[in-house]
Amino acid sequence: MTMTTQLNTQSGIAGNRKFKLPPEVSIALVLLGIILVFELLGWIINDQSFIFNFDRIKIIILQMSVIGIIAIGVNIIIITGGIDLSSGSLVAVTAVVGASIAQASDFPMALFPSLTDLPWIYPLLLGTLIGLIAGIINGSLIAFTGIPPFIATLGMMVAARGFAKWYSGGMPVSGLTDSFAWLGSGANPVFIFLILAAVFHILLRYTRFGKFTYAIGSNRQAATVSGINVNRHLIIIYTIAGVLSGIAGVLTAARAVSGQSSMGNMYELDAIAAVVIGGTSLQGGLGRISGTVFGILILGVMMSGFTFIRIDSYYQEMVKGIIIVVAVVADQYRNKKRRA
Amino acid sequence: MIANHDALETKSGTTSDGIPLLEISNIHKAFPGVIALNDVKLTLKAGTVHALMGENGAGKSTLMKIIAGIYMPDKGEIRLKGVTVKMTKPLDAQIAGISMIHQELNLMSYMTVSENIWLGREPKSRLGFVDHEEMYRITQDLFDELHISVDPRAETQTLSVALRQMVEIAKAVSFHSDILIMDEPTSALTEPEVAHLFEIIRKLKNEGRGIIYITHKMNEIFEIADELSVFRDGQYIATCSSQEVSRDDIIKMMVGRDITDLFPKQIVPIGRTILKVSDLGLQGVFSGISFELHAGEILGLAGLVGSGRSNVAETIFGITPATSGTIEIDGKEVRISNCRQAMDHGMALLTEDRKDTGCFLGLDLLANMEAPVLSHRYVKIGFVETKRLYDDSLRMANRLRVKTPSLFETMLNLSGGNQQKVLIARWLLTEPKILILDEPTRGIDVGAKAEIHRLISELASQGAAILMISSEMPEILGMSDRIVVMHEGRATGILDRKDATQVAIMDLAAK
Ligand SMILES: Nc1ncnc2c1ncn2[C@@H]1O[C@H](COP(=O)(O)OP(=O)(O)OP(=O)(O)O)[C@@H](O)[C@H]1O
Ligand SMILES: [Mg+2]
Repeated sequence: MTMTTQLNTQSGIAGNRKFKLPPEVSIALVLLGIILVFELLGWIINDQSFIFNFDRIKIIILQMSVIGIIAIGVNIIIITGGIDLSSGSLVAVTAVVGASIAQASDFPMALFPSLTDLPWIYPLLLGTLIGLIAGIINGSLIAFTGIPPFIATLGMMVAARGFAKWYSGGMPVSGLTDSFAWLGSGANPVFIFLILAAVFHILLRYTRFGKFTYAIGSNRQAATVSGINVNRHLIIIYTIAGVLSGIAGVLTAARAVSGQSSMGNMYELDAIAAVVIGGTSLQGGLGRISGTVFGILILGVMMSGFTFIRIDSYYQEMVKGIIIVVAVVADQYRNKKRRA
Repeated sequence: MIANHDALETKSGTTSDGIPLLEISNIHKAFPGVIALNDVKLTLKAGTVHALMGENGAGKSTLMKIIAGIYMPDKGEIRLKGVTVKMTKPLDAQIAGISMIHQELNLMSYMTVSENIWLGREPKSRLGFVDHEEMYRITQDLFDELHISVDPRAETQTLSVALRQMVEIAKAVSFHSDILIMDEPTSALTEPEVAHLFEIIRKLKNEGRGIIYITHKMNEIFEIADELSVFRDGQYIATCSSQEVSRDDIIKMMVGRDITDLFPKQIVPIGRTILKVSDLGLQGVFSGISFELHAGEILGLAGLVGSGRSNVAETIFGITPATSGTIEIDGKEVRISNCRQAMDHGMALLTEDRKDTGCFLGLDLLANMEAPVLSHRYVKIGFVETKRLYDDSLRMANRLRVKTPSLFETMLNLSGGNQQKVLIARWLLTEPKILILDEPTRGIDVGAKAEIHRLISELASQGAAILMISSEMPEILGMSDRIVVMHEGRATGILDRKDATQVAIMDLAAK
């Protein structure tokens, strides 16, 4: 009897937010676990520490920050239920084109002798602009022709790689200025990655733009009926991803002090892997940038760890493949649990 | 463990004609933060219809999903013809002779009607391929037997919600199960289909099958049910014969207090014309629709399935822009080619199919409520005013008595009726000038229904203009100032409140 009366007097929904562990915590724990395993293996195999090695941490973070920048855009796209396969190829295009206006005047083989000795901002802006145009093309194709994002960006992936090879004539674009090299030096790429991650994390969580992104990914028809201009929103999102790929491409060239058409190979897959590992659902409607940052770190630590315990790079690729599949299976399982 | 509500308890389960088809006892089921079922029981006898009643979130669907092998109970016993069974997956239940019509439509849009019905059970040719001709033939046989006129080859997405519901019913029957569970099968049907469904149910009953029937429509109970059980807040309240209880008894058992069933409409002065539709048409669907909608007015839109009621609403709201005719708002002609434009003119539309065009099932309640209103309010330089929006959403959700642990609960975890309330709250938050409601109280319990009617009435008294589609006669007769009746894409008449009767509407609807 007491129970019944209690239930009847219960009035309405609790106004205060109950504390729930953020989803990032579990991903962070996975990261910690992986680090511990390598630390242990490190002492067994190499007789040295894995993680208490500043150089190694620096290399992991530097390497992954470029892919991290791409992964931010890929994450937003996957939240809408789409996919972007073109980011790696866009890195190649913007690396060679960016580098071509970053050459020094004392370099005899400059592609554009009249456009030499420019400060770093020019190649960066040009790379961004190219990424923007490619993104608009991706987005418009998807929004207006209704072809699946997989196909649209696959086309862009192949075409952009071809463009990069044609533009550079298959040769590295070198002889770059010190100003340009500075852009990719030290911790600059890391800073840029972290700033972008913070900006887009806030954008997704606290702005109308972000709320609409999740709505579209969750139920496109319902989003349309709710007055959201889905086509325009998708174009903007693919454009953002293009711009981020452009920035990543210029940074890649700056870090290597050379632009090459082979750059960014398979980056799109690394980015997708990081996003999925970071807890974003391929079904759309679910995911956070903070999760992706952890996803990136997990990927970086694993690759670095395999090298550290001297596992052949072939095995590394295989293991990477397995990790992606496991992450997707985990996502399916989570979905099922939410449904049950 | 729980004290019995012995006052209303009647003797059940001890039938003279032997063992009941289904006997469940002592069932418990908890979800994170919610006890969905707490020590419930149910007994279904062969050849009877057993109605299950209870408020939104009482646990009806959860219990049915346990019987159908979709959820596992935390505790409890299920006996089929006296034998205790343990079902861990839907297939177990199917083999045991149980089939279920779910509360939400579950057909695959891009597959044909036949493919949907025989999914996983397709007739095969000798080489092991699906024999499509045979499949169409057996579907046609099934439809003939049930008197359903749907083309077995039609793609499901071309069917109206009501016809899709009929296909679901045919599918459930096609298993030839001993036990059929029907979870609110009539929430999207108009009177003729309901009558049709009842015929099917009577036929099944005569064949000795047992049917568990869930509904929020009281009059259906007395027409079709032999027995009924009532649940409240996950607890078993009572079982009785439907002959020996009154409507008020049932409501009292459901909500635990006396309530007025239908909210009496407030009569408010009718103001200026807000929306004027002239000769509106959508190629191949409807044409020549004209009416005026005034401030303070509730205009009912009635008609049978396929009459084009929902299409008119969708066209006015810009989902399917009109191909002919004009729309005037506040005396000015406007062009509406998408939903955003309609919203800019102060319109709101609650759509009929909450799963397809309503809910963001994977998102939380707050995200579900805020989507449209963010286009106009609660945003400063792109940033959402989280606190203010949360407070207003919470107030609205409480007003509509949404039953949930918090606004951060995932929409998917809510009961059907509570999802519907969230969607109504979504559109009320936009403070619309013109509110279009397509089956607003679909799946909503009696108590909450009265509250929603009160809200609609109140909105009208504040000067909003309301266009309401409903298949429920008492609702449309009780709420509307005037009623437009449609038949096969044309308006066949407009009735004034004083002339409107069920007969008058049905006359025009069948013209
Ligand atoms: N998967 C789930 N996760 C969490 N809570 C759930 C889940 N499914 C149901 N619930 C909760 O269990 C309770 C009972 O839900 P159920 O769907 O059985 O209600 P119902 O009686 O069918 O209501 P309605 O008349 O609205 O359809 C509700 O409070 C609901 O929020
Ligand atoms: Mg239900």
